[in-house]
Amino acid sequence: MAKREIQEINAGSMADIAFLLLIFFLVATTMDIDTGISRLLPPMPEEEELDDDQEIRERNVFVVLINKDDDLFVEDGFYDVSELKEMTKEFFLNPNDAENQSEKRELTTDYFGTMMVSKGVISLRNDIGTSYGKYIAVQNELAAAVNELRNELCMQKFGKRYDTLDPLNETEADLISDAKKVFPMAISEAEPKSVGGN
Amino acid sequence: MSKFKKASGKGLKQINTASLPDIVFMLLFFFMVTTVMRETNLKVGVIIPEATEIKKLEKKSLVSFIYIGKPIRNLQKTFGSEPRIQLNDAFATPDDIRDFITSEREQMDENDQKQMTVSLKIDQDTRMGIVTEVKQELRKASALKINYSSRKKIDEALLR
Repeated sequence: MAKREIQEINAGSMADIAFLLLIFFLVATTMDIDTGISRLLPPMPEEEELDDDQEIRERNVFVVLINKDDDLFVEDGFYDVSELKEMTKEFFLNPNDAENQSEKRELTTDYFGTMMVSKGVISLRNDIGTSYGKYIAVQNELAAAVNELRNELCMQKFGKRYDTLDPLNETEADLISDAKKVFPMAISEAEPKSVGGN
Repeated sequence: MSKFKKASGKGLKQINTASLPDIVFMLLFFFMVTTVMRETNLKVGVIIPEATEIKKLEKKSLVSFIYIGKPIRNLQKTFGSEPRIQLNDAFATPDDIRDFITSEREQMDENDQKQMTVSLKIDQDTRMGIVTEVKQELRKASALKINYSSRKKIDEALLR
């Protein structure tokens, strides 16, 4: 039998094929990392306990309203979004024990010891006509206020910012949960009420 | 004459391209590994709002997406320009959300079901009415972990 000669395969088009595949994957896939503000919705109340709202004293509620024209009303007047963060922080800290800002109670945690923490709750309410962009801007400022309070707390006691703490490290994870107890993200969104007119 | 002209005078040498496929394959594998297949064709235009207090969404398999926005230009003739909800590949009404959540949940591993997150990709010009309706439906479906999708705000101080 005659020995067949093994022919060399021309690999010149290999690059073209690979390019084709590459371009396909570039087009058909996405690489974007999703980011956003995480929130936990309150569970739907059972029918019977609909009106069983917890009694919260008026001075402990930080009222934030957004109307259909995207105007921001905080506590006693109209403000700009940029002022909201400082106001929220002051409401929670209440450094002068002012009458109209939040009351305090004692709380003992492992890492921060016994300290006075605020009983305050943010009540956020929006109109049907509020724009989503404004709503997120307000949510963001409120979150920023609480995060800054936690940052300052951790900085004071441990010289480390809250947002640099690593949840996978055991002590730091405890620290995170204690900081959350001291300054909870207490935002309560009112049940939407459909009011006539619009 | 000058030194420099001599070299080019001899004609161009062929560059060896034998390693070109290897390079391209390397790129190909990189993209295959780091990217995720596009799952939906967007039928609504969504420009998500900016925020500073954002967190990354981990584990894409646990995340379901709800899009709300105006239908894209060439669908506006049939669907109008009012903001609509998109689930998977189709337009939906708030009533469809519960079924959507249930079916998304069933596709997940039982242990992961509690960690399910719903990412709300909502256009920043949408009115809150429809958003609130969606949120109420999510509460009824007890999908309570939500994420208001938003992109990082560029610090204006850095730009200056």
